[in-house]
Amino acid sequence: MELLNFGAVLQGKYLGWLAAGAAMALGLFAASWVAGFLIALLLLALRESGVRLFEAFAQAFVAYHRNVPQLVQVFLWYFGVPQLLPDAWQAWINGQNSEFVLVWIALSLNCAAYMSEDLRSGLRSLPHTQLEAARAIGMTYLQSMRIVLVPQALRAAFPPLVNQSLSLFKSTSLAMTVGLAEVTYASRQIENETYRTFEAFALASAFYWICSFALTAAGYYWSERLQTAGRRA
Amino acid sequence: MIDILDQYGLLLLMGQYPYGPLGGLALTLFIAVAGLVISFPLAVLVGVARTSPFRGFRVFAGVIVNAVRGLPVLLLIFWAYFIVPLVIGHSISGITTVICALVLYELAFMGEVVRAGIEAIPKGQVEAARGIGMTYGQTMRKVVLPQAIVNMTPSILNQFINLIKNTSLGYIISVNELTYAAYQVNAQLLTKPFEVYLILAATYFLICWSLSLAIGKLEKSINARRHSVPRSA
Amino acid sequence: MITFRDVQKYYGEYKALDGITETISRGEVVVVCGPSGSGKSTLIRTVNRLEPISGGTIAVDGQDVHAPKVNVNELRSRIGFVFQSFNLFPHLSVLQNVAIGPTTVSRLSAQQARERSLVLLEKVGLDNKADAFPPQLSGGQQQRVAIARALAMEPPVMLFDEPTSALDPEMVGEVLNVMKQLANDGMTMVCVTHEMGFAREVADRILFMDAGAILERATPDEFFNNPQHPRARKFVSDIRHA
Repeated sequence: MELLNFGAVLQGKYLGWLAAGAAMALGLFAASWVAGFLIALLLLALRESGVRLFEAFAQAFVAYHRNVPQLVQVFLWYFGVPQLLPDAWQAWINGQNSEFVLVWIALSLNCAAYMSEDLRSGLRSLPHTQLEAARAIGMTYLQSMRIVLVPQALRAAFPPLVNQSLSLFKSTSLAMTVGLAEVTYASRQIENETYRTFEAFALASAFYWICSFALTAAGYYWSERLQTAGRRA
Repeated sequence: MIDILDQYGLLLLMGQYPYGPLGGLALTLFIAVAGLVISFPLAVLVGVARTSPFRGFRVFAGVIVNAVRGLPVLLLIFWAYFIVPLVIGHSISGITTVICALVLYELAFMGEVVRAGIEAIPKGQVEAARGIGMTYGQTMRKVVLPQAIVNMTPSILNQFINLIKNTSLGYIISVNELTYAAYQVNAQLLTKPFEVYLILAATYFLICWSLSLAIGKLEKSINARRHSVPRSA
Repeated sequence: MITFRDVQKYYGEYKALDGITETISRGEVVVVCGPSGSGKSTLIRTVNRLEPISGGTIAVDGQDVHAPKVNVNELRSRIGFVFQSFNLFPHLSVLQNVAIGPTTVSRLSAQQARERSLVLLEKVGLDNKADAFPPQLSGGQQQRVAIARALAMEPPVMLFDEPTSALDPEMVGEVLNVMKQLANDGMTMVCVTHEMGFAREVADRILFMDAGAILERATPDEFFNNPQHPRARKFVSDIRHA
């Protein structure tokens, strides 16, 4: 066997597998990010609500997701939860793309937990006087949050949010453990058939590096835009 | 669930020991500790290189850190599985593979923690040390690093929690740590995945959460010591 | 002892030092004063290369400080520097702070370093605090330890960069007293300071700086009673009204 042969890996069905895997990873990432961010906002609202029960729930939610490995969270959703559902539901789920849905749920909730904490730190970093000023002109608590505080908190929380997004993107690789054909899964399949281990893994790595770089670069670009916007205002 | 614990508790805790190799939670902790101990000196080197006045070191360390941070841990484990035997010349155990992958992961992430710690030391400290004639090396060893590492201890211990969580990925190469042990238990029972994986999650939760509470206390005491108010003459 | 020859320094476009030429002799106590932004701190920091220069030369004891081949660490061990913000090492005890220079740089034995340090701590009046840690001391005490730390290297010249500016008023005196004692013992000292009382009592000469240049050189008497340069006159009258 020759030393390196990328050509063998980058053709025909293998190329197809890689492309499909890349699309799957990006799709899973996007879907989890959107759901995660929305749930994070909800969690933030619960955490800052002042209602002891809501706050405790949000704290427990975050604590669970931060102290249990992500792989175990995926397993619990993929292997464990269907067991709890009535048989009809189980059958229906198995008919659908259950791998994608259940992994999507696991990743979204995990992402939401971390993002809500990042947003919360961002909120905490704002001077107390911002809320006072908003209330002083007559805004309700909800309006103050929506119009004055959360937008600024988002700006402050931007760097950790970019980091968390990167982490979410990389964690899509966990989907391979339940058989979802994302990039790492595809590269393993290719490796199994062609024995071109280095080439297969190198391509998967290149995918992750390129996307990580793009994400971080986008993060820099947006954070510059945010900073100037803040100054102009 | 209690009966599951009753029947399989020891398996989850220690694997087949003493009738076989160590496994389960004990192996998880062993891998995590080995990962921490081996990666720590390397991480200090990376952190020092990242803040070095020599551009070559800075760039080299920067490339390593960004390359490792751009890849999922799962892929790092696959790479270790493939490359380490090639480099050493003979095959290695799954445990060694996982430790290698985790050491690589940590020298990037903990390296960044050390870098932050070094950069947080006020410039005046370095000026005072250089001012009495200490070399760069002496300044690092006697003034900057002792302070930086003590300050960064909570962050370093947080990395230990991450290590514990990441050992779960040993599952993918059949290393008999806690997650794989639970997987085997589930494979035997077949009808109770939710209970089994809930026990798995709860175990990780108990360990990681207690550690994070302890770290919180440590942080408080470090802050208290640092801000001890000077008494007047 | 210290010779400045047409020293220039730029921060980008901004001229911080504008052709400084001056000589400071052995045993002299020179006070450098002037309004904020005059370049006085910058000047003193160029002497031990904490700041680089853009042109000209500075020589300490005949050695060109900014020459590329010079061993900067060896040079700095022969120049004592006291910072405005003390910069003691908080993870070391007071005694260790003073002794660390002699042990790591001068390669004294631990015992010798310890003895020398205790003598110096006694000299600045803090031998009873040898085992305390910097955060436990007041500002004035910390600065006195910083002076002892600089003296531990047995330098022939001591540089002070606004040593009392960060201190509460009631602690300024204890530090100035240590500095006066040093001056009386014959140490060559260059002090950037606002403490005009100190200057009057102890300084041999005053250098008045503004906008990066030395505008006036005079004895304290001449400077405070009869300043020549118009900006010096303004400075002296401003201080008087403070």
